[in-house]
Amino acid sequence: MSATTPAGTPAGTFAPRPGAAPLGRMIAAQAALETRMLLRNGEQLLLTVVIPSLLLVLFSTVDVVDTGEGKAVDFLAPGVLALAVMSTAFTGQAIATGFERRYGVLKRLGTSPLPRWGLMAAKTLAVLVTEVLQVVLLVVIALALGWSPHGNPFAVPLLLVAGTAAFSGLGLLMAGTLKAEATLAAANLVFLLLLVGGGVIVPLDRFPDAAAAVLGLLPIAALSDGLRDVLQNGAALPWGDLGILAVWAVVGLGAAGRFFRWE
Amino acid sequence: MREEPVVQVRGLVKRYRSKTAVDGLDLTARQGITAVLGPNGAGKTTTVEACEGYRRPDAGEVRVLGLDPIADAGRLRPQIGVMLQSGGVYSGARADEMLRHMARLHAHPLDVDTLIERLGLGSCGRTTYRRLSGGQQQRLALAMAVVGRPALVFLDEPTAGLDPQARRATWDLVRDLRTDGVAVILTTHHMDEAEQLADDVAIIDAGRVIAQGSPEALCRGGAENTLRFTGRPGLDVASLLKALPMDAAAAELTPGSYRVTGNVDPQLLATVTSWCAQHGVMPDRIAVERHTLEDVFLELTGKELRS
Repeated sequence: MSATTPAGTPAGTFAPRPGAAPLGRMIAAQAALETRMLLRNGEQLLLTVVIPSLLLVLFSTVDVVDTGEGKAVDFLAPGVLALAVMSTAFTGQAIATGFERRYGVLKRLGTSPLPRWGLMAAKTLAVLVTEVLQVVLLVVIALALGWSPHGNPFAVPLLLVAGTAAFSGLGLLMAGTLKAEATLAAANLVFLLLLVGGGVIVPLDRFPDAAAAVLGLLPIAALSDGLRDVLQNGAALPWGDLGILAVWAVVGLGAAGRFFRWE
Repeated sequence: MREEPVVQVRGLVKRYRSKTAVDGLDLTARQGITAVLGPNGAGKTTTVEACEGYRRPDAGEVRVLGLDPIADAGRLRPQIGVMLQSGGVYSGARADEMLRHMARLHAHPLDVDTLIERLGLGSCGRTTYRRLSGGQQQRLALAMAVVGRPALVFLDEPTAGLDPQARRATWDLVRDLRTDGVAVILTTHHMDEAEQLADDVAIIDAGRVIAQGSPEALCRGGAENTLRFTGRPGLDVASLLKALPMDAAAAELTPGSYRVTGNVDPQLLATVTSWCAQHGVMPDRIAVERHTLEDVFLELTGKELRS
């Protein structure tokens, strides 16, 4: 036999030399790939970048909704930041993961050297990176519209992370249990409903008292209300809203861990 | 070379709800290429997926490279390469991007550019996975299975839906894997694929291995081979029979068309031609019909393999 195959790889090319890459490198590579997939997807960008930016500009400049006293942007900016977190951690993640499950991506990665918890860690990192980009963009737009934020700057990342955990749990629960098409439909529907009824653009006190009390327990309402408490009203740390988000996070991540099916 | 089996399956049972997909299956695979052959629904994929750690056995024991695919998954996964029957790639990822990513998950991966060239994936360019042709998707899945330089690869129907040229290229690569010391387990429902490639063939039907051996050994066993020739009608078949070994048979099927069955080896061929020479017969159109795996399968199961 000649030293070279007809197609041109030298003998010995495939000689086994198995081994996993270092864990940190695997997770970083996976997170980088997941982030690229998120940013490359047009529908995802519509959801995570275009819609929040448009809502912020539109409702800050056109007086459609009565947002109470003060500048509209001071009310809207915290709500739109909450919406951005929901769009990435919940809607985007649910849809992407649902289709990855459907197309065998999760299955294939399941026999790669990357452990499953490493895949989940990478997904979380990708969500956080995307959120940082969203927050930077939305803060720049809001500042350009005359936003004047207040409050404890450390409370904001805390709320954003708690919100991310709550929405990720719910998104992964949906992606890991429903069919991909059902996840696509349901995740978009929930996004729309929570956008309207979660205190993002329409203040909850516009709803009847009983409805407002229930809606206030939604993760999107807790996140937008908590951010507003800090950024608009200068509160130190909104414990009540953080508590609601923590409960959603525990329930959602717990249920996702229990019921998530990889195939 | 590894002496102990790369895969050892004993009494594997796997049920999906009421359906029993694998029913007490035993399989031993050693270094080289092992083909798991059987019709659709025979339990090939379930068996291989139990080896890959995707399926928890309802009963029985599975050892891959000496490890339990579920309990020792963390140690086993870096050593194996897996090609799924379909999918496994982000629909928005490019071929080279996905392959480079898989390489990054391994400590000593193959050179990605070499592999891309070898499998003709360079033409995929910036096309994302969902827009690749079926053949390109198939070759990418194969590349992903080998890029981490595994000791053992599982290929589930690696040439399903490929054109003959791409099929040959895949076979060449699989043979190179064997030459370089990679153990290969492949499932197929193509007889010729098993015959061409495999050192060892396990025939599966209804969730059990019903025969295992080299293609040659499997073809030698079972039914007899056939030699046909034509000559002038009315030859003395009884005299021919006397010249042949005891276990052979001869008959004139239609006038001038003769069939000899038995262990058709060079000796028997020589016996037939010399008998013809002695009787002044010019044997025309001599044809030896070798027994194929297809015949073996048909005899063992009473079923056609091709679905």
